[in-house]
Amino acid sequence: MNFLLELLVSVLIVLGGIFALIGSIGLVKLPELLTRLHGPTKATTLGVGGALAASMLFFFAIEGTLSIHEVLISVFLFLTAPISAHFIAKAHLHEHEELRGDLPSTGRPQGWSTFDGLPEGEGEERPEQAPRA
Amino acid sequence: MIEHALNFGYVAVSMAVLLNLWRLLRGPSLMDRVLAVDTMVINVIALIILFGIQQRTTVFFEAALLFAMFGFVSTVAYCRFILRGDVIE
Repeated sequence: MNFLLELLVSVLIVLGGIFALIGSIGLVKLPELLTRLHGPTKATTLGVGGALAASMLFFFAIEGTLSIHEVLISVFLFLTAPISAHFIAKAHLHEHEELRGDLPSTGRPQGWSTFDGLPEGEGEERPEQAPRA
Repeated sequence: MIEHALNFGYVAVSMAVLLNLWRLLRGPSLMDRVLAVDTMVINVIALIILFGIQQRTTVFFEAALLFAMFGFVSTVAYCRFILRGDVIE
C-alpha cells in the first residue's frame, strides 16, 4: 500500500516535470507569439498542477498532515493563467498594428472591440445588429 | 523512489527555466519577454514545491503563493502599461 502511494507520487512528479518541459520547449520552438502563448498557458500550468497534486498526496498520505495551500495555489494559477494570456495577446495586437488586417470579421458593423471600442449608444438602445444565421 | 522522481523533476523544470531564459534574452518582441518571465515564475513555483517535498516541510508554500500572486500582478500591470500607457488611471 505504501509502495503504491509512493509510486503514485513519483508518477505525478515525473508527469509534472515532463509537462513543464514541454511547455517551455513550445515557448522556444513555436514560430510566433500568438502560437507561443499556448505552451505556457496549457502545458506549463498542467505541469505545476501535477507537482501540486503530488505534493498534496505526499503530505496527506505519507506524512499524515493535510495541507490546503496546494489547492489555493492551483486554483489561483488556473484562474490567472488565462487572464494573463488574454492580456498578453491583446497587448501584442496593439503593439503590432499590421496584424489588424489578419483578424477575422466580427460579422457586425463594429470591428473588434479591443480596437474600436464599444458600439454607439451602448446599453438600452443598441444599433441594429446583423441577424444571426 | 520519490528521490529519483524528484531528481528527474528538478532536471526537467530546470531545463524548462533555462529555455525560458533563452526566450527572455532572445525574444523578438516585447511581449515575448513578458510571456517568458510569466512562464519562468510558474516554473519557479514548481521548483519550490518540489523542494518542499524533498525537505518534507510545508513552510515553502507561502513563498510559492507569493510568487504566484506577484507574477500575475506584474504581468497584468506590464500589459496594462503597454495597452494604456498607465497602470492605474
